[in-house]
Amino acid sequence: MFDLEVLVTTERERSRKRGGLALGDPAASSGLRFKNRRPEVPASGDNKVKICHCFIRKLLCCSVRLNPDATFLSGGGSFKKGKSKEAEIKRINKELANIRSKFKGDKALDGYSKKKYVCKLLFIFLLGHDIDFGHMEAVNLLSSNKYTEKQIGYLFISVLVNSNSDLIRLINNGIKNDLASRNPTFMNLALHCIANVGSREMAEAFASEIPRVLVAGDTMDSVKQSAALCLLRLNRTSPDLVPMGEWTTRVVHLLNDQHLGVVTAATSLITTLAQKNPDDFKTSVSLAVARLSRIVTSASIDLQDYTYYFVAAPWLSVKLLRLLQCYPPPEDAALRSRLTECLETILNKAQEPPKSKKVQHSNAKNAVLFEAIALIIHHDSEPTLLVRACNQLGQFLQHRETNLRYLALESMCTLASSEFSHEAVKTHMETVINALKTERDVSVRQRAVDLLYAMCDRSNAKQIVAEMLSYLETADYSIREEIVLKVAILAEKYAVDYTWYVDTILNLIRIAGDYVSEEVWYRVIQIVINRDDVQGYAAKTVFEALQAPACHENLVKVGGYILGEFGNLIAGDSRSSPLVQFNLLHSKFHLCSVPTRALLLSAYIKFINLFPEVKATIQDVLRSDSQLRNADVELQQRAVEYLRLSCIASTDILATVLEEMPPFPERESSILAKLKKKKGPGKLPDMDDSRRSVNGSTDSTHSFTDVLNLNPAPSSGANLLIDVFSESSAPAAATDVSEENFPRFVCKNNGVIYENQLLQIGLKSEYRQNLGRMYVFYGNKTSTQFLSFSSSVSSSDLNVHSKAVDPVIEGGAQMQQILNIECVSDFSDAPVLNIQFRYGGALQNIAVKLPVMLNKFFQPTEMMSQDFFQRWKQLGAPQQEVQKIFKAKHPMDTEVAKAKILGFGVALLDGVDPNPANFVGAGVVHTKTTQVGCLLRLEPNMQAQTPNGNAAPPATDPSFPFGAGLPGSHLGICSRCRGEQGDGFVGLKGTWPKSHELKVAFDLASFLPPDGRVCERLLLRT
Amino acid sequence: MIGGLFIYNHKGEVLISRVYRDDIGRNAVDAFRVNVIHARQQVRSPVTNIARTSFFHVKRSNIWLAAVTKQNVNAAMVFEFLYKMCDVMTAYFGKISEENIKNNFVLIYELLDEILDFGYPQNSETGALKTFITQQGIKGQTKEEQSQITSQVTGQIGWRREGIKYRRNELFLDVLESVNLLMSPQGQVLSAHVSGRVVMKSYLSGMPECKFGMNDKIVIDKQGKGGASDDAGKSDLGGGSGKQSIAIDDCTFHQCVRLSKFDSERSISFIPPDGEYELMRYRTTKDIILPFRVIPLVREVGRTKLEVKVVIKSNFKPSLLAQKIEVRIPTPLNTSGVQVICMKGKAKYKASENAIVWKIKRMAGMKESQISAEIELLPTNDKKKWARPPISMNFEVPFAPSGLKVRYLKVFESKLNYSDHDVIKWVRYIGRSGIYETRC
Repeated sequence: MFDLEVLVTTERERSRKRGGLALGDPAASSGLRFKNRRPEVPASGDNKVKICHCFIRKLLCCSVRLNPDATFLSGGGSFKKGKSKEAEIKRINKELANIRSKFKGDKALDGYSKKKYVCKLLFIFLLGHDIDFGHMEAVNLLSSNKYTEKQIGYLFISVLVNSNSDLIRLINNGIKNDLASRNPTFMNLALHCIANVGSREMAEAFASEIPRVLVAGDTMDSVKQSAALCLLRLNRTSPDLVPMGEWTTRVVHLLNDQHLGVVTAATSLITTLAQKNPDDFKTSVSLAVARLSRIVTSASIDLQDYTYYFVAAPWLSVKLLRLLQCYPPPEDAALRSRLTECLETILNKAQEPPKSKKVQHSNAKNAVLFEAIALIIHHDSEPTLLVRACNQLGQFLQHRETNLRYLALESMCTLASSEFSHEAVKTHMETVINALKTERDVSVRQRAVDLLYAMCDRSNAKQIVAEMLSYLETADYSIREEIVLKVAILAEKYAVDYTWYVDTILNLIRIAGDYVSEEVWYRVIQIVINRDDVQGYAAKTVFEALQAPACHENLVKVGGYILGEFGNLIAGDSRSSPLVQFNLLHSKFHLCSVPTRALLLSAYIKFINLFPEVKATIQDVLRSDSQLRNADVELQQRAVEYLRLSCIASTDILATVLEEMPPFPERESSILAKLKKKKGPGKLPDMDDSRRSVNGSTDSTHSFTDVLNLNPAPSSGANLLIDVFSESSAPAAATDVSEENFPRFVCKNNGVIYENQLLQIGLKSEYRQNLGRMYVFYGNKTSTQFLSFSSSVSSSDLNVHSKAVDPVIEGGAQMQQILNIECVSDFSDAPVLNIQFRYGGALQNIAVKLPVMLNKFFQPTEMMSQDFFQRWKQLGAPQQEVQKIFKAKHPMDTEVAKAKILGFGVALLDGVDPNPANFVGAGVVHTKTTQVGCLLRLEPNMQAQTPNGNAAPPATDPSFPFGAGLPGSHLGICSRCRGEQGDGFVGLKGTWPKSHELKVAFDLASFLPPDGRVCERLLLRT
Repeated sequence: MIGGLFIYNHKGEVLISRVYRDDIGRNAVDAFRVNVIHARQQVRSPVTNIARTSFFHVKRSNIWLAAVTKQNVNAAMVFEFLYKMCDVMTAYFGKISEENIKNNFVLIYELLDEILDFGYPQNSETGALKTFITQQGIKGQTKEEQSQITSQVTGQIGWRREGIKYRRNELFLDVLESVNLLMSPQGQVLSAHVSGRVVMKSYLSGMPECKFGMNDKIVIDKQGKGGASDDAGKSDLGGGSGKQSIAIDDCTFHQCVRLSKFDSERSISFIPPDGEYELMRYRTTKDIILPFRVIPLVREVGRTKLEVKVVIKSNFKPSLLAQKIEVRIPTPLNTSGVQVICMKGKAKYKASENAIVWKIKRMAGMKESQISAEIELLPTNDKKKWARPPISMNFEVPFAPSGLKVRYLKVFESKLNYSDHDVIKWVRYIGRSGIYETRC
């Protein structure tokens, strides 16, 4: 006989292919598809299958009974078992010809045979053959009064009619009639059809109708249920077409409905709608809590049909809990305590012995429990609950069910980021580490790694890092790179002493060298160079590590760099004398790739500087043919240049050229950025961030953000959960003006001003007198194109003309825009560049402060010493002067300061100031209306730790530069610096002739080294 | 070289699996099943490449034979081998069917061991194989007999054993040809070729030396130059051009033919195997006698009606009779009804094949016959136009459409006392349709 299962699956596959049933929620779709199905009936799965079978049996019965040649079914049955595919095709061709001749229309068919033939066509279609006729007959069936005929008609249409069909109007008409009828089964059929098709056309035609059906007082329960799910489906496929209106408030009241099926369907709908506009559905919170507490406290018998293996209405509970996750904890105390009570009850129930040994019982129970825990984590306000949840999860960590362990680890990851439960999570460290070692399933191990990373803090960092390192040796290849990054980050973040850090990273390279990305070893070098206390140790360790017979190329890179810089620190030991060091490095040379060799060559030339005694050896190496005539241009060039340099230059010049690298500027760890990039911003539990703000978005929107990379600035924690849906309605509001890189541009004109996962904005600018031209480069970092790209510049004081840009940027492409800038008069606010574009359907807004400051319009002027001091003294009035005394954070380097001052725009006047340590500069600011001369003096104080006494009197008054001196000036960074550190401040002194109000917007943030000890004074007079 | 050989039934279950080389893994069996037998689209190419492994398959009724290799083998050789193997199996147990294969699987493994060694094809001559692979037990073979088998199998003439004796020395020669044609509606030949076989059944005593001659153009020209034009009196066998010689594009011979002699003198001389075998295969493309001409006329009347008229003309000597004529006229996919009128034979609309099939039992040369059909169509919402597949034809005629004629077959047996005249020779020509299509 017939293979029913096959038909069931093919039917499902087909509908899925057409997007008919591809809803996320199987219950929702099946609820729609099969009439009379109560969503919460025990053994609902079986029920579904039963109905499905029943329907197919019916479908086939008619073909068997009425088939005139009475062979179709037997023939059909034999398709599967029978001869071959060819036989099947022959059989079907014959049957199709027969149906065609029946439909030809010599005489009208009665409803029954019409149904029969449409049914056969459907069956043939489900077997995988194309059907190109019979649609009209199916539409005719819709107007039948018999349930079976109507049902087959609707079924055919749901499966076979595509949206652009000519018949769509007739179909819509039929549906409309059925919706208007008072017959609940007909209404249900119509609603199911709308949901199954779910096209835009359907939504356009019925989106306004269905809410009316849903909230009408006299609608039957089953119809309400279908209507709610139908609306949900339309809302998912074409959200813009579903109108919000007065019905929304009435939908909320469906949560109070008598019929639990209606409540379940309504909860799904409300959850989706609430994610879109949370405010409209705020009232649902209290109703949901009430409903939840009724379910949770009810005895299992109360709900009869809705008790699933002794768990009361698990699906409804889960959905209610999800709905609650759309909102912050209720403010009303009573409501809140009631919710807390519910959650406690759920947690209590988890402790009770199971009422059944069936797996369905525990699954249902745990589903509710996990959802409750998710809600607790989402609220993050009840420490006791959080701790209890954590303990509960801790029990699951050792459960024998793999899925439970996985879920427990995953939930704990989010728990770990809560301040209340962080400690509680830490108690399970041993178990997690054990899981890491013994777990069979790699995905579970991955979660364990995530959790370890999340629970790590200063107290347990060493242990966790050690465990991760030891696990790395046996870890699955797919997760190695991620573990490497995590270890590198943790080691850096929680390093108490940096020797441990260096050890860890070197170990890391040793164990998993292939998975250590560039960023990791860059970072270790940055840190070693910036911290002079570990340099010696690092050199020693690296030297020892390099002695291993086989070491990874990354280790050679680190070794080459560090020995090249700090080899002298260990050269005293005879075991690591310069020659030994060099030979060690050179022994690895031939095994390395070109970039590493290039790095080693640089290390060699540094050796020449550090150790003159090995100069001859190194020169020999450089002179060898394998270097001087290397096929690789880079290597050859380096060899030639270094050789010449070592031969010609004197020791002094060598020492200057090959000086130790200056410390790297502090910036966000590039490894962290990489990990974030790898995992998407949301997935990484960010330990630094204050708790995620409860701004109405739920986990589902959260994951959307991940996928779309919507967030322009992943580092700002508060923005992490931008609601996707509100984005489109209120585009510009959500963005902050980025000024992250702004200070860097004070003294330079070119560079990258902005960068996120999608877009990189580079600048190149040139200024002449009061005119400037800026080239803005937009680089698309993704592989998909940006659409409707537009940019505008808003500026209050400057004249900025921007040339129009192309609205499309291809993936990976770069686009240039030219901005012409004219300085009209002195100004303090930098212009803001607003960028809008569409990426993958989502609108992106980026605002970037463009680095156009007044000092860009400086023209340097030379003047003599006498001249300078004469003018300097003339400009003594309080409004003409700005002075700032600040603490320099690292040693005042003459060259660096010179470069900075030149970059600032003024001419550096040598030999003007009697004190050679001081810097003196002069320049003229050009604007369209006026020109202002400006004098500058920077007096480094090389000895003192405290502000120097020779400052002008106003300098001691901290309020001066910001209050009186520079109204509205751009000193945000200065003042922040003052506020945070409390012990130093910047004085800026300047005046305008013609008693202009002093508005110089010199941003001297660049003079504020991040940390250091020497105090400097900067004087600026105009 | 062939790495392995599998035989599947129509469901894809493996009936026979023989792996000759280590580079073929167990999963190759499944790969072929999944990608070819159970493929969503029907696989039409006989060679399939899956994961750097080549599968060569032939299908006999419901049975799939697949040769597998990872190396770059000569595909023609592999197919030749597969066909040969089919012949061997047919000779041993009749029709190749699932049941027969299941019943004879020991025998098949035995055969596979013999005809394929480490992937290299060996002697696949049925006659020779039957001497030592038997379906019964080998009963009481004497030492001499065994050594004789050995010497024969390993000797120079492996296809014939010595000491065959017949009371009547007889031989049958069949020239079997199939004509392939694609013709435009206007009657222009778009492509045509004949592929033919000369099949011989010999019942000759001893080790006779045979020489076969036909009207091959090169041979005739050579002889013409020599002045011997004994063929001047033409005997027009077909109805057509009356040409004397034909141009053979390419040909292959049975292993018994001495190729060196063919290369140097273009004479076909051989010691034939006993029983039935295929002496040569050839292909011609020039001056083909097309036995039938199909003239189609298709007219679309509105959206729901189609009128088809097809005329066939026989184009050979009136004294000859063509048999088993079948014309297949494809109908559109949305056909809802067909009325057919034909002058001769029987015509019927076969819905299961989406075609009108017109059958005529016999038809003499230089005649014509006609069929007309009205096809009613059901309007569909499908915008696709009907592709109008070509009208195809099947027939059998008693002459060789290529024009090939057997000039002589001489038999010399020096040791035994019979001469060429004593041998009774039968020659038969059969021309069949291959893919014989006319566009409409």
